[in-house]
Amino acid sequence: MNRIAIKMLVGDRAKYIGIIVGLTFASLLITQQASIFIGLMTRTYGAVSANGLADIWIMDENVRFFDDVKPMSDMLLQRTRGVPGVAWAVPFYRNILNCRMANGKVQHVNLNGLDDGTLIGGPPEMVVGSLSDLRRADSIIVDETGAARELARPAREPGGPSVPLAVGDVIEINDHRATVVGICRTVRSFQWGPQVYTTYSRAVSFAPPQRKSMSFILVKAKPGQSVPDLCQSLRGVTGLEARTQREFEKEIYDYFYYYTGIPINFGIAVILGFIVGTAIAGQTFYNFTLDNLKHFGALKAMGASNGMLLRMILLQSAVVGFIGYGLGVGIASLFGLLIADSELAFRLPWWLLLVSALSVGVICMLSAGISILKVVRLEPAIVFKG
Amino acid sequence: MDPAPVPAPIERPHEDEIDIAVHCSDVMKAYGAGNTRVLALRGVDLNVRTGEMLMLVGPSGCGKTTLISVIAGILDQDAGECLVFGEDFRRMRTRDKTHWRGRNIGFVFQSFNLLPTLTAVENVAVPLLIQHQPRAMAMARASALLERVGLKERLRSLPSQLSGGQQQRVAIARALVHGPRLIVCDEPTSALDHETGSSVMGLLREIARGENRALVIVTHDARIFPYADRLAQMDDGRIKSISAGQGAAPPQGTHP
Ligand SMILES: Nc1ncnc2c1ncn2[C@@H]1O[C@H](COP(=O)(O)OP(=O)(O)O)[C@@H](O)[C@H]1O
Ligand SMILES: [Mg+2]
Repeated sequence: MNRIAIKMLVGDRAKYIGIIVGLTFASLLITQQASIFIGLMTRTYGAVSANGLADIWIMDENVRFFDDVKPMSDMLLQRTRGVPGVAWAVPFYRNILNCRMANGKVQHVNLNGLDDGTLIGGPPEMVVGSLSDLRRADSIIVDETGAARELARPAREPGGPSVPLAVGDVIEINDHRATVVGICRTVRSFQWGPQVYTTYSRAVSFAPPQRKSMSFILVKAKPGQSVPDLCQSLRGVTGLEARTQREFEKEIYDYFYYYTGIPINFGIAVILGFIVGTAIAGQTFYNFTLDNLKHFGALKAMGASNGMLLRMILLQSAVVGFIGYGLGVGIASLFGLLIADSELAFRLPWWLLLVSALSVGVICMLSAGISILKVVRLEPAIVFKG
Repeated sequence: MDPAPVPAPIERPHEDEIDIAVHCSDVMKAYGAGNTRVLALRGVDLNVRTGEMLMLVGPSGCGKTTLISVIAGILDQDAGECLVFGEDFRRMRTRDKTHWRGRNIGFVFQSFNLLPTLTAVENVAVPLLIQHQPRAMAMARASALLERVGLKERLRSLPSQLSGGQQQRVAIARALVHGPRLIVCDEPTSALDHETGSSVMGLLREIARGENRALVIVTHDARIFPYADRLAQMDDGRIKSISAGQGAAPPQGTHP
């Protein structure tokens, strides 16, 4: 009877396609929206992940995310370096400053100050120039996207394309002269606006004078030193929060998860996909069953038990489920591949495939369930009704 | 191989029950409740013998379909006794009743009720597949029967590619394929023109009516009355009279 169940389903082309479209839509929307959500959430801590050299980040205990800077006293750096188990500790400066453009426009830039001696915390990849060029006077390195967009120079002729900021160009950051010595590529992160890298002391000199200036201390544990233990003793010595890289990422993730509307927005999209998918697929599947009720009745009269009809309907829903899921996930992955080089966030981990399979499974079960109820309750006597 | 199915021999517990395929006594059935209650069967007494083609005739709404549904085991009566080959459906569990029905009863419906997405031969094989017979064997038997009903060339046709008369022939083949002992037909000719209806009745007489098999046909189509062995006249939920039919002598010139 399995073949017959499949033929019943596939033979009704319009409904068959309708059910599959519904399930495809559901699995696509769930997978794609969740992937973008995960992609975005990963980006919230992208700047921390990219800074792979440090084991531990020391910060004010109220810091919730990367740009939530609460300056600390520079004296803490020496105290940190004195803690047993610390291989090295370097300061990191992070601030948002105004930058005056050649045409007089003012633009915010994300200023990153790297330890003068080691330049730890720099961008992951240089496009033009090298990180050590920061040792020159007034030097800065700008990220390629920022150089091409927000920091680009005006077009040479009216209506022409704007000119990307290039090595040798000079800009003014908070009224301080800064010369571009390199162009870098950063990981895509949640921080919008251009990324500017310079040395720690120059970054501090760019910014308005402050009593405290250090944003983070990046710490490397000695080989063999337990990182959680070191965090513990660093907390004791500095009176500050010391987080492993993983903990800091988690802290940021949680902040965006619990205190922004992002998860709700995407959650709504995912739930919508689920509901719309259930509505379309469930409705069409139910209609398909209703259309075939007379035939299910005839099968019952001819000796098909409820169990047999139940298996037929489950098989039918499993077939459309598999196809719809495959198509939906396939299209979502294709979408991910197509936008891989764009600014859009998209991350499709393997477990998301399970989640969306489960969702499609639930939709199919719901659809099949109401159909099965209808068929099980069906009186075979309907076969003789004109 | 003989393509005509041979029904299983009937158990014969008592000599006086020897020929009785269906035995109904004082069968009652009502639909609905309260003000909308309709008494469809008001005490039906009827015996159907094996080997005979009995026609149940009467005006629309007199209870023919209800009675045939009770006889076929797809509807429970409220009172009275209905035994089919000595079996009382009310004593069976639903599951057993369904299986028994699948093995022993063949159905022919007014609107054919063929599965539209299955070919003729697949449709005919359905009763065997329901009983978990091997597909190859089911298809072979179905093909043989379709040949018997004159549709050798149309095995792979879909119902929509067949005429009404051809579809009803497929339905007859389907009703016979598993060798049932009782075949019930509700208005088998009412969707067909006269000539086609006659040929379908001829076919039913010729290949469906077997020595150990009974046929109960509901109709209000007077033109097919001559095919019956006996005619049971129904009115208002009762059998009014039973008369002998012409039994196989089709009206002159209409049987192909
Ligand atoms: N499911 C039902 N619910 C309520 N009344 C019904 C139902 N089926 C049949 N009836 C009524 O029972 C009576 C007998 O119906 P039926 O057996 O179909 O008659 P026939 O087949 O002779 O036309 C009619 O009055 C009909 O309206
Ligand atoms: Mg009727």
